[in-house]
Amino acid sequence: MTDSSLLLNAAAIERALVRIAHEIAERNLDGSNVVLVGIPEGGDTLAARLGRILAAIWQHPVPVGILDVTMHRDDLGQRATPMMHPTVIPFDVTGRTVVLVDDVLFSGRTTRAAMDALNDFGRPTKIQLAVLVDRGHRELPIRADFVGKNAPTARAEKILVRLTEAGANEDQVVLQRK
Amino acid sequence: MTFMAWNRPHLLDIESLTPEEILTVLDTALAFKAVGARAIKKVPALRGKTVVNLFVEPSTRTRISFELAEQRLSADIINFTTEASSLKKGETLKDTARNLEALNADFIVIRHSASGAPHFLARSIGAHVINAGDGAHEHPTQALLDLFTIRERKGRIAGLNVTILGDILYSRVARSDIWALTKLGAKVTLCGPSTLVPRVFEEMGCRVTHNVEEAIRDADIINLLRIQHERQRKTMFPGINEYTQLYGLNQDRLARTKPDALIMHPGPVNRGVEIDSRIADCDRSLILEQVTNGLAVRMAVLFLVNGGKGPQEITVG
Repeated sequence: MTDSSLLLNAAAIERALVRIAHEIAERNLDGSNVVLVGIPEGGDTLAARLGRILAAIWQHPVPVGILDVTMHRDDLGQRATPMMHPTVIPFDVTGRTVVLVDDVLFSGRTTRAAMDALNDFGRPTKIQLAVLVDRGHRELPIRADFVGKNAPTARAEKILVRLTEAGANEDQVVLQRK
Repeated sequence: MTFMAWNRPHLLDIESLTPEEILTVLDTALAFKAVGARAIKKVPALRGKTVVNLFVEPSTRTRISFELAEQRLSADIINFTTEASSLKKGETLKDTARNLEALNADFIVIRHSASGAPHFLARSIGAHVINAGDGAHEHPTQALLDLFTIRERKGRIAGLNVTILGDILYSRVARSDIWALTKLGAKVTLCGPSTLVPRVFEEMGCRVTHNVEEAIRDADIINLLRIQHERQRKTMFPGINEYTQLYGLNQDRLARTKPDALIMHPGPVNRGVEIDSRIADCDRSLILEQVTNGLAVRMAVLFLVNGGKGPQEITVG
């Protein structure tokens, strides 16, 4: 038996995304310069959903990309290698405000890898970070600009995120205590 | 986070790989191929790691492909060729390797004329070992790039008819290709002179025929192999001209293949011998795509073995 508790259900995830979208809109005026870049796995789905909400707020399409950061990780060779996903950035990031989107912010190492990886595609004017859950335990001086939920956790605990692109009743974020 | 279906510290052969492991390499290579299309083609995945290219047998394209793959992964590289090495002065392979290890080499990419040399190295030293061709045994990265190219063009491997035509007996490419293709469900036909394509290959799950028309008629892929003069005795077949007459892929024979059959060749190509020069350059030839894909596949292999700890030391977290 694993001991686990529900952090966010489907409705709470949707509310968190709508709130994050409004915060992004507030911070970035008309949004004409904003692009969203999701980090797999999880962040790509969230970025697509955020993109739709923001397009409705701003009344114009918001470009959404996917950035795999595996090749830029600093823990390669120290543990099992994460699955790679295709990187799809069908726009120039130079001069844009890039909002990186991830599901869970933990050590901050994925975010650092993402900023390095993004560098290879151009020079954004600004990079902002949006996460669904911030679980603490940072190992780098990185913080999120937009947070869906702050969840205090123990280091050994796990956060399981289940998301669908369209948003479904089964979507949830669960804290697993082993 | 889900993790790679790969935990091997070395790539020594195709024979011991599972279909899942082969597919993991192909999927990973897809991500690396996309890197090659970017303005900045270099990623830091092997930054600070040292790779020794130990090519005890001459090689141009494989060595250059590995070298560029290593550079694109930001590794430091030492090139070691027979002509310039102490192996010429009588040093044993093991001593050479231990000296390279004493320099803290993290990877050894080895090409050797003796079958099993990479396996021997992997047992002797702590570095990751990648087989870049050992004798007539295996050439695993060639098979992986062949499969990548076939899958990219045909959308699948399973169920395809793949004909390998030429010198099978002395070909490590053929052996690796046969293992890889049959593991993923392709139907493999081997064809060539009976001295170079003995029936014993049927034990590897292949169809063996010495009739070229029959071999290529239903093929989706025709993979041509060069005659390995350097490994052969003179008596294996009467002469090059006769080989070209009986087994060379010419316009006549190509006209009798399926219209969507594609032509592959691992190189180096002997134009006018195993393949008509115009066929090598036609739009059904994948020869240069194989070279491009080889780079992505070798990046993937280096990247994957770097993360491979062997079955005893899996740490996830």
